[in-house]
Amino acid sequence: MKTNTNIQEFIVTRLIKLSGYSAIVFVALIFLFLIKEGVPTFAEIPLGDLLSDRWYPIEDYFGILPLISGSLIITLGATLIAVPLGIGTAVFIAEIAPRWAREILKPLVELLGGLPSVVIGFLGILVITPSLRVLLNLPTGLTALAGSLLLGFVALPTVVSVAEDALDTVPRSYREGAWALGATRWQTIWRVTLPAAKSGVLTAIMLGIGRAIGETIIVMMVTGNAPIMAFKISSIFSPVRTMTATIAAEMGEVSNGSIHYHALFFIGMVLFIISLIVNITASAVVFRSQKRSEKVLS
Amino acid sequence: MNKRAIFIVLTLLIAVFLTSCSSSAESASETGADQAYIENKGSDTIVNLALAWAEEYQKLYPAIRISVTGGGSGTGIAAMLNGTVTIANSSRSISEDEKKQAAEKGIEPVEYIIAKDAIAVIVNPNNPVSQLTLQQLSDIYSGKINNWSEVGGEDRQIVRLSRETNSGTHVYFLETVLRLGSKENKTLFSTDTLLLPSSEGIINELRTNPNAIGYDGLGYVPKDLKMVAVSKDGVLPYVLPSINTVNDDTYAVSRDLYMYTATEPQEETKKYLEWIMTAEAQKIVADLGFVPIFK
Repeated sequence: MKTNTNIQEFIVTRLIKLSGYSAIVFVALIFLFLIKEGVPTFAEIPLGDLLSDRWYPIEDYFGILPLISGSLIITLGATLIAVPLGIGTAVFIAEIAPRWAREILKPLVELLGGLPSVVIGFLGILVITPSLRVLLNLPTGLTALAGSLLLGFVALPTVVSVAEDALDTVPRSYREGAWALGATRWQTIWRVTLPAAKSGVLTAIMLGIGRAIGETIIVMMVTGNAPIMAFKISSIFSPVRTMTATIAAEMGEVSNGSIHYHALFFIGMVLFIISLIVNITASAVVFRSQKRSEKVLS
Repeated sequence: MNKRAIFIVLTLLIAVFLTSCSSSAESASETGADQAYIENKGSDTIVNLALAWAEEYQKLYPAIRISVTGGGSGTGIAAMLNGTVTIANSSRSISEDEKKQAAEKGIEPVEYIIAKDAIAVIVNPNNPVSQLTLQQLSDIYSGKINNWSEVGGEDRQIVRLSRETNSGTHVYFLETVLRLGSKENKTLFSTDTLLLPSSEGIINELRTNPNAIGYDGLGYVPKDLKMVAVSKDGVLPYVLPSINTVNDDTYAVSRDLYMYTATEPQEETKKYLEWIMTAEAQKIVADLGFVPIFK
Protein backbone atom coordinates (compact mmCIF):
# COMPACT_ATOMS: atom_id res chain seq x y z
CA MET A 1 0.00 0.00 0.00
CA LYS A 2 2.81 2.35 0.91
CA THR A 3 4.75 1.77 -2.30
CA ASN A 4 1.55 2.29 -4.21
CA THR A 5 1.10 5.84 -2.85
CA ASN A 6 4.77 6.48 -3.47
CA ILE A 7 4.39 5.56 -7.12
CA GLN A 8 1.29 7.70 -7.38
CA GLU A 9 3.10 10.58 -5.76
CA PHE A 10 6.00 10.12 -8.14
CA ILE A 11 3.80 10.03 -11.24
CA VAL A 12 1.67 12.98 -10.21
CA THR A 13 4.57 15.28 -9.31
CA ARG A 14 6.32 14.40 -12.56
CA LEU A 15 3.18 15.04 -14.57
CA ILE A 16 2.69 18.43 -12.94
CA LYS A 17 6.32 19.32 -13.51
CA LEU A 18 6.03 18.19 -17.11
CA SER A 19 2.96 20.32 -17.79
CA GLY A 20 4.65 23.28 -16.14
CA TYR A 21 7.74 22.99 -18.28
CA SER A 22 5.77 22.16 -21.41
CA ALA A 23 4.17 25.62 -21.31
CA ILE A 24 7.61 27.18 -21.54
CA VAL A 25 8.74 24.71 -24.19
CA PHE A 26 5.66 25.36 -26.34
CA VAL A 27 6.07 29.13 -26.24
CA ALA A 28 9.74 28.76 -27.09
CA LEU A 29 8.98 26.38 -29.95
CA ILE A 30 6.29 28.66 -31.35
CA PHE A 31 8.66 31.61 -31.25
CA LEU A 32 11.46 29.59 -32.88
CA PHE A 33 9.08 28.49 -35.62
CA LEU A 34 7.93 32.07 -36.18
CA ILE A 35 11.54 33.22 -36.42
CA LYS A 36 12.48 30.40 -38.76
CA GLU A 37 9.63 31.23 -41.16
CA GLY A 38 9.61 35.00 -40.64
CA VAL A 39 13.26 36.02 -40.66
CA PRO A 40 13.84 35.22 -44.38
CA THR A 41 11.64 38.28 -44.98
CA PHE A 42 14.59 40.52 -44.17
CA ALA A 43 16.58 38.93 -46.98
CA GLU A 44 13.69 38.98 -49.47
CA ILE A 45 12.14 42.39 -48.87
CA PRO A 46 14.25 45.57 -48.43
CA LEU A 47 13.58 47.25 -45.08
CA GLY A 48 12.38 50.39 -46.87
CA ASP A 49 9.65 48.42 -48.64
CA LEU A 50 8.67 46.66 -45.44
CA LEU A 51 8.17 50.02 -43.73
CA SER A 52 6.27 51.58 -46.63
CA ASP A 53 2.58 52.45 -46.52
CA ARG A 54 1.18 50.03 -49.12
CA TRP A 55 0.14 46.42 -48.51
CA TYR A 56 -0.80 44.66 -51.72
CA PRO A 57 0.94 41.30 -51.68
CA ILE A 58 -0.18 39.99 -55.07
CA GLU A 59 1.83 42.81 -56.71
CA ASP A 60 4.71 42.52 -54.21
CA TYR A 61 3.88 45.55 -52.09
CA PHE A 62 4.71 44.46 -48.54
CA GLY A 63 4.43 47.61 -46.41
CA ILE A 64 3.32 46.45 -42.97
CA LEU A 65 2.86 49.86 -41.32
CA PRO A 66 -0.86 50.10 -42.25
CA LEU A 67 -1.42 46.70 -40.66
CA ILE A 68 0.43 47.56 -37.45
CA SER A 69 -1.38 50.89 -37.18
CA GLY A 70 -4.71 49.15 -37.80
CA SER A 71 -4.14 46.62 -35.02
CA LEU A 72 -2.93 49.29 -32.61
CA ILE A 73 -5.79 51.74 -33.15
CA ILE A 74 -8.43 49.03 -32.72
CA THR A 75 -6.75 47.62 -29.62
CA LEU A 76 -6.40 51.10 -28.14
CA GLY A 77 -10.07 51.80 -28.75
CA ALA A 78 -11.11 48.45 -27.30
CA THR A 79 -8.94 49.02 -24.22
CA LEU A 80 -10.42 52.47 -23.65
CA ILE A 81 -13.86 50.87 -23.68
CA ALA A 82 -13.16 47.63 -21.82
CA VAL A 83 -10.91 48.85 -19.01
CA PRO A 84 -13.00 51.56 -17.32
CA LEU A 85 -16.19 49.63 -17.91
CA GLY A 86 -14.68 46.34 -16.84
CA ILE A 87 -13.04 47.59 -13.67
CA GLY A 88 -16.16 49.57 -12.81
CA THR A 89 -18.26 46.45 -13.19
CA ALA A 90 -15.77 44.41 -11.18
CA VAL A 91 -15.82 46.97 -8.34
CA PHE A 92 -19.61 47.01 -8.39
CA ILE A 93 -19.85 43.22 -8.26
CA ALA A 94 -17.16 42.79 -5.61
CA GLU A 95 -17.76 45.78 -3.35
CA ILE A 96 -21.16 47.33 -3.79
CA ALA A 97 -23.71 44.88 -5.14
CA PRO A 98 -25.82 43.00 -2.60
CA ARG A 99 -25.18 39.30 -2.36
CA TRP A 100 -28.11 38.20 -4.55
CA ALA A 101 -27.19 40.62 -7.33
CA ARG A 102 -23.61 39.40 -7.27
CA GLU A 103 -24.74 35.81 -7.63
CA ILE A 104 -26.68 36.71 -10.76
CA LEU A 105 -24.17 39.15 -12.27
CA LYS A 106 -21.01 37.04 -12.01
CA PRO A 107 -22.29 34.03 -13.96
CA LEU A 108 -23.95 36.35 -16.48
CA VAL A 109 -20.66 38.11 -17.19
CA GLU A 110 -18.93 34.77 -17.56
CA LEU A 111 -21.66 33.62 -19.92
CA LEU A 112 -20.96 36.72 -22.01
CA GLY A 113 -17.33 35.62 -22.22
CA GLY A 114 -18.44 32.31 -23.65
CA LEU A 115 -20.19 33.85 -26.66
CA PRO A 116 -18.44 32.65 -29.84
CA SER A 117 -16.72 35.59 -31.51
CA VAL A 118 -18.19 34.79 -34.90
CA VAL A 119 -21.66 35.36 -33.42
CA ILE A 120 -20.55 38.75 -32.10
CA GLY A 121 -19.09 39.57 -35.52
CA PHE A 122 -22.35 38.62 -37.16
CA LEU A 123 -24.28 40.90 -34.80
CA GLY A 124 -21.73 43.61 -35.60
CA ILE A 125 -22.30 43.31 -39.34
CA LEU A 126 -26.07 43.27 -39.04
CA VAL A 127 -26.60 45.82 -36.27
CA ILE A 128 -23.53 47.84 -35.26
CA THR A 129 -22.05 48.82 -38.63
CA PRO A 130 -25.26 49.97 -40.32
CA SER A 131 -26.29 52.02 -37.28
CA LEU A 132 -22.81 53.55 -36.91
CA ARG A 133 -23.00 54.70 -40.52
CA VAL A 134 -26.36 56.35 -39.99
CA LEU A 135 -25.69 57.80 -36.50
CA LEU A 136 -22.28 59.30 -37.28
CA ASN A 137 -23.05 60.04 -40.93
CA LEU A 138 -20.02 58.07 -42.13
CA PRO A 139 -19.54 56.81 -45.71
CA THR A 140 -19.46 53.25 -44.33
CA GLY A 141 -19.93 51.65 -40.93
CA LEU A 142 -17.16 49.11 -41.51
CA THR A 143 -14.62 51.09 -39.50
CA ALA A 144 -12.01 50.80 -36.78
CA LEU A 145 -14.65 52.15 -34.39
CA ALA A 146 -16.94 49.20 -35.05
CA GLY A 147 -14.01 46.87 -34.40
CA SER A 148 -13.12 48.69 -31.18
CA LEU A 149 -16.67 48.59 -29.87
CA LEU A 150 -17.06 44.87 -30.50
CA LEU A 151 -13.59 43.99 -29.22
CA GLY A 152 -14.23 46.07 -26.12
CA PHE A 153 -17.33 43.98 -25.65
CA VAL A 154 -15.29 40.80 -26.14
CA ALA A 155 -12.52 41.86 -23.74
CA LEU A 156 -15.00 43.05 -21.10
CA PRO A 157 -15.87 39.66 -19.51
CA THR A 158 -12.17 38.78 -19.19
CA VAL A 159 -11.41 42.08 -17.46
CA VAL A 160 -14.44 41.88 -15.16
CA SER A 161 -13.91 38.27 -14.20
CA VAL A 162 -10.19 38.50 -13.40
CA ALA A 163 -10.42 41.92 -11.71
CA GLU A 164 -13.36 40.78 -9.60
CA ASP A 165 -11.42 37.73 -8.43
CA ALA A 166 -8.50 39.99 -7.48
CA LEU A 167 -10.75 42.38 -5.51
CA ASP A 168 -12.35 39.40 -3.81
CA THR A 169 -9.01 38.22 -2.40
CA VAL A 170 -8.34 41.53 -0.63
CA PRO A 171 -8.78 40.68 3.09
CA ARG A 172 -11.85 42.12 4.77
CA SER A 173 -9.63 43.57 7.50
CA TYR A 174 -8.19 46.11 5.02
CA ARG A 175 -11.64 47.56 4.38
CA GLU A 176 -12.57 47.46 8.05
CA GLY A 177 -9.34 49.29 8.85
CA ALA A 178 -10.18 52.01 6.33
CA TRP A 179 -13.74 52.36 7.61
CA ALA A 180 -12.42 52.56 11.18
CA LEU A 181 -10.25 55.49 10.11
CA GLY A 182 -13.37 57.25 8.87
CA ALA A 183 -12.91 56.68 5.14
CA THR A 184 -16.04 56.74 3.01
CA ARG A 185 -16.98 53.77 0.87
CA TRP A 186 -15.58 55.44 -2.26
CA GLN A 187 -12.34 56.36 -0.48
CA THR A 188 -11.99 52.77 0.71
CA ILE A 189 -12.45 51.41 -2.81
CA TRP A 190 -10.21 53.94 -4.53
CA ARG A 191 -7.41 54.24 -1.93
CA VAL A 192 -7.36 50.82 -0.24
CA THR A 193 -9.07 47.95 -2.04
CA LEU A 194 -8.05 48.74 -5.63
CA PRO A 195 -4.36 49.44 -4.77
CA ALA A 196 -4.26 46.24 -2.71
CA ALA A 197 -5.57 44.26 -5.68
CA LYS A 198 -3.33 46.14 -8.11
CA SER A 199 -1.42 43.20 -9.55
CA GLY A 200 -4.60 41.22 -10.19
CA VAL A 201 -6.30 44.21 -11.78
CA LEU A 202 -3.28 44.82 -14.01
CA THR A 203 -3.36 41.17 -15.05
CA ALA A 204 -7.03 41.64 -15.91
CA ILE A 205 -6.23 44.64 -18.11
CA MET A 206 -3.41 42.78 -19.84
CA LEU A 207 -5.51 39.73 -20.51
CA GLY A 208 -8.17 42.05 -21.90
CA ILE A 209 -5.67 43.76 -24.21
CA GLY A 210 -4.32 40.38 -25.25
CA ARG A 211 -7.82 39.19 -26.08
CA ALA A 212 -8.42 42.31 -28.16
CA ILE A 213 -5.18 42.37 -30.15
CA GLY A 214 -5.36 38.67 -30.96
CA GLU A 215 -9.02 38.63 -32.02
CA THR A 216 -9.35 37.81 -35.69
CA ILE A 217 -12.73 36.87 -37.02
CA ILE A 218 -14.60 39.87 -35.61
CA VAL A 219 -12.17 42.45 -37.02
CA MET A 220 -12.18 40.61 -40.32
CA MET A 221 -15.95 40.91 -40.48
CA VAL A 222 -16.49 44.51 -39.34
CA THR A 223 -13.42 46.66 -40.03
CA GLY A 224 -13.46 46.60 -43.82
CA ASN A 225 -9.86 45.32 -44.10
CA ALA A 226 -8.64 48.30 -46.12
CA PRO A 227 -4.88 48.72 -45.54
CA ILE A 228 -4.94 52.44 -44.73
CA MET A 229 -2.35 54.16 -42.54
CA ALA A 230 -4.22 54.79 -39.28
CA PHE A 231 -1.99 56.91 -37.06
CA LYS A 232 -4.37 59.84 -36.59
CA ILE A 233 -7.21 59.99 -34.06
CA SER A 234 -9.69 60.51 -36.91
CA SER A 235 -8.59 57.16 -38.37
CA ILE A 236 -10.94 55.53 -35.88
CA PHE A 237 -13.74 56.52 -38.30
CA SER A 238 -12.07 54.96 -41.33
CA PRO A 239 -11.76 51.32 -42.34
CA VAL A 240 -8.54 49.62 -41.25
CA ARG A 241 -6.82 46.28 -41.78
CA THR A 242 -5.34 44.46 -38.80
CA MET A 243 -2.39 42.09 -38.67
CA THR A 244 -4.54 39.19 -37.50
CA ALA A 245 -7.12 39.63 -40.25
CA THR A 246 -4.34 39.83 -42.86
CA ILE A 247 -2.81 36.55 -41.73
CA ALA A 248 -6.20 34.85 -41.57
CA ALA A 249 -7.37 36.11 -44.95
CA GLU A 250 -4.19 35.43 -46.88
CA MET A 251 -2.60 32.37 -45.28
CA GLY A 252 -4.93 29.90 -46.93
CA GLU A 253 -3.96 30.77 -50.49
CA VAL A 254 -0.30 31.56 -50.16
CA SER A 255 2.22 29.06 -51.57
CA ASN A 256 4.55 27.51 -49.05
CA GLY A 257 7.95 29.20 -48.84
CA SER A 258 7.12 32.21 -51.04
CA ILE A 259 7.97 35.82 -50.16
CA HIS A 260 4.36 36.45 -49.24
CA TYR A 261 4.37 33.37 -46.96
CA HIS A 262 7.45 34.62 -45.13
CA ALA A 263 5.96 38.11 -44.89
CA LEU A 264 2.85 36.69 -43.20
CA PHE A 265 5.04 34.90 -40.66
CA PHE A 266 6.93 38.15 -40.17
CA ILE A 267 3.61 39.79 -39.26
CA GLY A 268 3.05 36.93 -36.83
CA MET A 269 6.43 37.71 -35.28
CA VAL A 270 5.55 41.38 -34.91
CA LEU A 271 2.27 40.41 -33.26
CA PHE A 272 4.09 38.07 -30.90
CA ILE A 273 6.63 40.76 -29.98
CA ILE A 274 3.89 43.33 -29.34
CA SER A 275 2.08 41.03 -26.93
CA LEU A 276 5.43 40.18 -25.30
CA ILE A 277 6.06 43.91 -24.74
CA VAL A 278 2.60 44.34 -23.21
CA ASN A 279 3.22 41.40 -20.88
CA ILE A 280 6.70 42.45 -19.83
CA THR A 281 5.66 46.07 -19.17
CA ALA A 282 2.74 44.93 -17.05
CA SER A 283 4.77 42.46 -15.00
CA ALA A 284 7.51 45.06 -14.56
CA VAL A 285 4.92 47.47 -13.13
CA VAL A 286 3.56 44.78 -10.82
CA PHE A 287 7.07 43.77 -9.74
CA ARG A 288 8.10 47.35 -8.97
CA SER A 289 5.00 48.06 -6.92
CA GLN A 290 5.52 44.83 -4.99
CA LYS A 291 9.08 45.81 -4.15
CA ARG A 292 7.92 49.23 -3.01
CA SER A 293 5.27 47.75 -0.74
CA GLU A 294 7.88 45.39 0.73
CA LYS A 295 10.03 48.42 1.52
CA VAL A 296 7.11 50.15 3.20
CA LEU A 297 6.40 47.10 5.34
CA SER A 298 9.98 46.51 6.45
CA MET B 1 0.19 -1.66 -11.02
CA ASN B 2 -3.24 -1.15 -12.47
CA LYS B 3 -2.37 2.36 -13.68
CA ARG B 4 0.75 1.18 -15.37
CA ALA B 5 -1.24 -1.45 -17.26
CA ILE B 6 -3.67 1.24 -18.46
CA PHE B 7 -0.76 3.38 -19.52
CA ILE B 8 0.74 0.55 -21.58
CA VAL B 9 -2.58 -0.24 -23.22
CA LEU B 10 -3.07 3.42 -24.11
CA THR B 11 0.38 3.67 -25.64
CA LEU B 12 -0.26 0.57 -27.70
CA LEU B 13 -3.61 1.92 -28.85
CA ILE B 14 -2.04 5.18 -29.97
CA ALA B 15 0.70 3.30 -31.79
CA VAL B 16 -1.85 1.09 -33.55
CA PHE B 17 -3.92 4.13 -34.45
CA LEU B 18 -0.96 5.98 -35.92
CA THR B 19 0.26 3.05 -38.00
CA SER B 20 -3.23 2.30 -39.27
CA CYS B 21 -3.56 5.88 -40.48
CA SER B 22 -0.45 5.70 -42.61
CA SER B 23 -1.19 2.27 -44.04
CA SER B 24 -4.74 3.19 -45.07
CA ALA B 25 -3.37 6.18 -47.00
CA GLU B 26 -1.00 3.88 -48.89
CA SER B 27 -3.61 1.29 -49.77
CA ALA B 28 -5.90 3.99 -51.18
CA SER B 29 -3.32 5.05 -53.74
CA GLU B 30 -2.60 1.45 -54.72
CA THR B 31 -6.20 0.50 -55.51
CA GLY B 32 -6.44 3.32 -58.06
CA ALA B 33 -4.33 1.41 -60.58
CA ASP B 34 -6.98 -0.94 -61.98
CA GLN B 35 -9.62 1.78 -62.50
CA ALA B 36 -9.87 4.64 -64.96
CA TYR B 37 -8.10 7.59 -63.38
CA ILE B 38 -8.49 11.16 -64.60
CA GLU B 39 -6.19 13.79 -63.22
CA ASN B 40 -7.40 17.36 -63.41
CA LYS B 41 -5.25 20.35 -62.45
CA GLY B 42 -5.05 24.10 -62.96
CA SER B 43 -6.94 27.34 -62.43
CA ASP B 44 -7.94 28.18 -58.88
CA THR B 45 -11.03 29.93 -60.27
CA ILE B 46 -12.30 26.67 -61.69
CA VAL B 47 -11.15 24.35 -58.92
CA ASN B 48 -14.47 24.36 -57.02
CA LEU B 49 -16.45 23.83 -60.18
CA ALA B 50 -14.15 20.99 -61.28
CA LEU B 51 -14.45 19.43 -57.83
CA ALA B 52 -18.24 19.60 -57.92
CA TRP B 53 -18.27 17.99 -61.37
CA ALA B 54 -15.83 15.30 -60.29
CA GLU B 55 -17.90 14.46 -57.23
CA GLU B 56 -21.12 14.25 -59.20
CA TYR B 57 -19.52 12.21 -61.99
CA GLN B 58 -17.97 9.73 -59.54
CA LYS B 59 -21.41 9.26 -58.02
CA LEU B 60 -22.75 8.35 -61.46
CA TYR B 61 -19.75 6.20 -62.46
CA PRO B 62 -18.11 4.81 -59.31
CA ALA B 63 -15.41 3.04 -61.35
CA ILE B 64 -13.94 6.36 -62.50
CA ARG B 65 -11.66 8.23 -60.16
CA ILE B 66 -11.06 11.94 -60.75
CA SER B 67 -8.57 13.98 -58.77
CA VAL B 68 -8.77 17.76 -58.88
CA THR B 69 -6.06 20.18 -57.77
CA GLY B 70 -5.55 23.92 -58.15
CA GLY B 71 -2.30 25.81 -58.53
CA GLY B 72 -3.18 28.26 -61.28
CA SER B 73 -3.91 28.12 -65.00
CA GLY B 74 -0.22 28.18 -65.98
CA THR B 75 0.63 25.32 -63.63
CA GLY B 76 -2.20 23.25 -65.05
CA ILE B 77 -1.25 23.78 -68.69
CA ALA B 78 2.43 23.07 -67.93
CA ALA B 79 1.47 19.83 -66.20
CA MET B 80 -0.73 18.85 -69.15
CA LEU B 81 2.16 19.51 -71.59
CA ASN B 82 4.49 17.44 -69.39
CA GLY B 83 2.00 14.62 -69.44
CA THR B 84 1.50 14.51 -65.67
CA VAL B 85 -2.21 15.37 -65.81
CA THR B 86 -4.97 14.36 -68.21
CA ILE B 87 -6.96 17.60 -68.16
CA ALA B 88 -5.72 21.14 -67.53
CA ASN B 89 -8.17 23.73 -66.18
CA SER B 90 -7.57 27.26 -67.33
CA SER B 91 -9.32 30.57 -66.88
CA ARG B 92 -7.54 31.97 -69.98
CA SER B 93 -6.94 30.51 -73.42
CA ILE B 94 -3.62 28.83 -74.07
CA SER B 95 -0.84 31.36 -74.82
CA GLU B 96 1.33 31.51 -77.96
CA ASP B 97 4.30 30.52 -75.82
CA GLU B 98 2.56 27.43 -74.51
CA LYS B 99 1.40 26.52 -78.02
CA LYS B 100 5.02 26.66 -79.18
CA GLN B 101 6.10 24.40 -76.31
CA ALA B 102 3.35 21.98 -77.24
CA ALA B 103 4.44 21.93 -80.88
CA GLU B 104 8.03 21.14 -79.85
CA LYS B 105 6.74 18.14 -77.94
CA GLY B 106 4.53 17.07 -80.81
CA ILE B 107 1.35 17.75 -78.87
CA GLU B 108 -1.76 19.36 -80.27
CA PRO B 109 -3.77 20.56 -77.27
CA VAL B 110 -7.53 20.30 -77.63
CA GLU B 111 -9.57 23.17 -76.23
CA TYR B 112 -12.97 22.89 -74.54
CA ILE B 113 -14.96 25.91 -73.38
CA ILE B 114 -16.64 24.47 -70.31
CA ALA B 115 -18.37 27.47 -68.73
CA LYS B 116 -18.31 31.24 -68.64
CA ASP B 117 -17.50 33.60 -65.86
CA ALA B 118 -19.05 37.06 -65.68
CA ILE B 119 -18.53 39.68 -63.02
CA ALA B 120 -21.45 41.95 -62.22
CA VAL B 121 -20.92 45.46 -60.84
CA ILE B 122 -23.46 46.00 -58.08
CA VAL B 123 -24.82 49.03 -56.22
CA ASN B 124 -27.49 49.71 -53.64
CA PRO B 125 -31.01 49.79 -55.16
CA ASN B 126 -31.40 53.43 -54.02
CA ASN B 127 -28.39 54.53 -56.04
CA PRO B 128 -29.61 56.36 -59.17
CA VAL B 129 -26.47 55.45 -61.14
CA SER B 130 -27.37 52.63 -63.49
CA GLN B 131 -24.64 52.65 -66.14
CA LEU B 132 -20.86 53.10 -66.18
CA THR B 133 -18.07 52.72 -68.70
CA LEU B 134 -15.08 50.49 -68.04
CA GLN B 135 -12.91 53.62 -67.79
CA GLN B 136 -15.22 55.10 -65.14
CA LEU B 137 -15.13 51.83 -63.19
CA SER B 138 -11.35 51.82 -63.38
CA ASP B 139 -11.20 55.42 -62.14
CA ILE B 140 -13.61 54.69 -59.31
CA TYR B 141 -11.65 51.69 -58.05
CA SER B 142 -8.24 53.31 -58.48
CA GLY B 143 -9.34 56.34 -56.46
CA LYS B 144 -9.54 58.97 -59.25
CA ILE B 145 -13.30 59.30 -58.91
CA ASN B 146 -14.38 59.66 -55.29
CA ASN B 147 -17.91 61.02 -55.44
CA TRP B 148 -21.02 59.58 -57.04
CA SER B 149 -21.86 63.03 -58.47
CA GLU B 150 -18.89 62.68 -60.85
CA VAL B 151 -20.62 59.78 -62.62
CA GLY B 152 -24.12 61.21 -62.59
CA GLY B 153 -25.24 60.20 -59.11
CA GLU B 154 -25.99 61.93 -55.82
CA ASP B 155 -23.41 63.94 -53.88
CA ARG B 156 -22.14 60.99 -51.83
CA GLN B 157 -18.67 59.65 -51.18
CA ILE B 158 -18.03 56.38 -53.00
CA VAL B 159 -17.28 53.36 -50.80
CA ARG B 160 -15.42 50.74 -52.84
CA LEU B 161 -15.96 47.10 -51.97
CA SER B 162 -13.83 44.27 -53.26
CA ARG B 163 -13.11 40.61 -52.58
CA GLU B 164 -9.86 39.74 -50.78
CA THR B 165 -6.66 39.67 -52.86
CA ASN B 166 -6.51 35.87 -52.80
CA SER B 167 -9.79 35.58 -54.69
CA GLY B 168 -9.64 34.80 -58.40
CA THR B 169 -12.44 37.29 -58.92
CA HIS B 170 -10.28 40.04 -57.41
CA VAL B 171 -7.42 39.33 -59.79
CA TYR B 172 -9.71 39.10 -62.81
CA PHE B 173 -11.40 42.39 -61.90
CA LEU B 174 -7.98 44.03 -61.46
CA GLU B 175 -6.80 42.86 -64.88
CA THR B 176 -9.99 43.43 -66.88
CA VAL B 177 -11.52 46.49 -65.26
CA LEU B 178 -8.85 48.47 -63.36
CA ARG B 179 -6.16 47.82 -65.98
CA LEU B 180 -8.64 47.65 -68.88
CA GLY B 181 -7.11 44.40 -70.04
CA SER B 182 -3.72 45.94 -70.80
CA LYS B 183 -0.58 44.17 -69.55
CA GLU B 184 1.46 47.41 -69.32
CA ASN B 185 -1.15 49.15 -67.20
CA LYS B 186 -0.04 49.02 -63.57
CA THR B 187 -3.09 50.66 -61.96
CA LEU B 188 -3.78 49.45 -58.43
CA PHE B 189 -6.85 49.40 -56.23
CA SER B 190 -7.16 52.55 -54.11
CA THR B 191 -5.87 51.74 -50.59
CA ASP B 192 -9.22 52.58 -49.03
CA THR B 193 -10.96 49.83 -50.99
CA LEU B 194 -12.64 47.58 -48.45
CA LEU B 195 -11.41 44.02 -48.90
CA LEU B 196 -14.15 41.74 -47.66
CA PRO B 197 -13.46 38.05 -47.07
CA SER B 198 -16.72 36.77 -48.55
CA SER B 199 -19.39 37.44 -51.13
CA GLU B 200 -21.79 37.58 -48.22
CA GLY B 201 -19.90 40.52 -46.71
CA ILE B 202 -20.08 42.49 -49.95
CA ILE B 203 -23.76 41.76 -50.55
CA ASN B 204 -24.62 42.68 -46.98
CA GLU B 205 -22.85 46.05 -47.10
CA LEU B 206 -24.36 46.85 -50.51
CA ARG B 207 -27.81 46.06 -49.21
CA THR B 208 -27.61 48.65 -46.41
CA ASN B 209 -25.18 51.26 -47.74
CA PRO B 210 -26.23 53.62 -50.57
CA ASN B 211 -22.62 54.86 -50.93
CA ALA B 212 -21.19 51.47 -51.81
CA ILE B 213 -20.17 49.89 -55.09
CA GLY B 214 -19.10 46.27 -55.33
CA TYR B 215 -18.61 43.41 -57.73
CA ASP B 216 -19.11 39.67 -57.66
CA GLY B 217 -19.67 36.63 -59.83
CA LEU B 218 -22.96 36.99 -61.72
CA GLY B 219 -24.46 33.92 -60.07
CA TYR B 220 -23.98 35.37 -56.58
CA VAL B 221 -25.97 38.58 -57.12
CA PRO B 222 -29.27 38.52 -55.19
CA LYS B 223 -32.40 39.93 -56.83
CA ASP B 224 -32.84 42.83 -54.39
CA LEU B 225 -29.58 44.53 -55.43
CA LYS B 226 -29.04 46.64 -58.50
CA MET B 227 -26.63 45.64 -61.25
CA VAL B 228 -24.90 48.35 -63.29
CA ALA B 229 -24.93 48.24 -67.09
CA VAL B 230 -21.39 48.42 -68.46
CA SER B 231 -20.14 49.83 -71.75
CA LYS B 232 -16.70 48.92 -73.09
CA ASP B 233 -15.85 52.45 -74.22
CA GLY B 234 -18.94 54.66 -73.86
CA VAL B 235 -19.73 54.34 -77.58
CA LEU B 236 -20.84 50.73 -77.51
CA PRO B 237 -24.18 50.21 -75.78
CA TYR B 238 -24.43 49.83 -72.00
CA VAL B 239 -25.17 46.17 -71.32
CA LEU B 240 -26.50 44.48 -68.21
CA PRO B 241 -24.94 41.09 -67.44
CA SER B 242 -27.15 38.07 -68.01
CA ILE B 243 -26.75 34.55 -69.36
CA ASN B 244 -27.69 35.87 -72.83
CA THR B 245 -25.38 38.88 -72.94
CA VAL B 246 -22.48 36.83 -71.61
CA ASN B 247 -23.01 34.13 -74.21
CA ASP B 248 -23.21 36.55 -77.14
CA ASP B 249 -20.13 38.43 -75.83
CA THR B 250 -21.79 41.84 -75.57
CA TYR B 251 -21.14 42.14 -71.81
CA ALA B 252 -17.61 43.42 -71.26
CA VAL B 253 -16.58 41.85 -67.96
CA SER B 254 -16.84 38.18 -68.84
CA ARG B 255 -14.51 35.43 -69.92
CA ASP B 256 -14.52 31.83 -71.05
CA LEU B 257 -13.31 29.06 -68.79
CA TYR B 258 -11.40 26.26 -70.46
CA MET B 259 -10.26 22.70 -70.14
CA TYR B 260 -7.38 21.38 -72.25
CA THR B 261 -6.29 17.86 -73.07
CA ALA B 262 -2.92 17.08 -74.62
CA THR B 263 -4.31 15.22 -77.64
CA GLU B 264 -7.69 13.79 -78.61
CA PRO B 265 -8.73 12.34 -75.25
CA GLN B 266 -9.09 8.64 -74.48
CA GLU B 267 -12.48 7.08 -74.08
CA GLU B 268 -13.08 7.68 -70.36
CA THR B 269 -11.81 11.25 -70.45
CA LYS B 270 -13.83 11.96 -73.58
CA LYS B 271 -16.97 10.68 -71.90
CA TYR B 272 -16.28 12.91 -68.91
CA LEU B 273 -15.79 16.00 -71.09
CA GLU B 274 -18.96 15.21 -73.01
CA TRP B 275 -20.85 14.86 -69.74
CA ILE B 276 -19.59 18.31 -68.68
CA MET B 277 -21.43 19.81 -71.67
CA THR B 278 -24.75 18.24 -70.68
CA ALA B 279 -27.54 20.26 -69.10
CA GLU B 280 -27.11 18.28 -65.89
CA ALA B 281 -23.46 19.29 -65.46
CA GLN B 282 -24.11 22.84 -66.63
CA LYS B 283 -26.68 23.20 -63.85
CA ILE B 284 -23.80 22.83 -61.38
CA VAL B 285 -22.10 25.71 -63.22
CA ALA B 286 -25.03 27.96 -62.42
CA ASP B 287 -25.17 26.74 -58.81
CA LEU B 288 -21.56 27.80 -58.26
CA GLY B 289 -22.07 31.33 -59.57
CA PHE B 290 -20.68 30.87 -63.07
CA VAL B 291 -22.55 31.23 -66.35
CA PRO B 292 -23.55 28.03 -68.14
CA ILE B 293 -22.70 27.79 -71.85
CA PHE B 294 -25.51 27.66 -74.37
CA LYS B 295 -26.38 24.31 -75.81
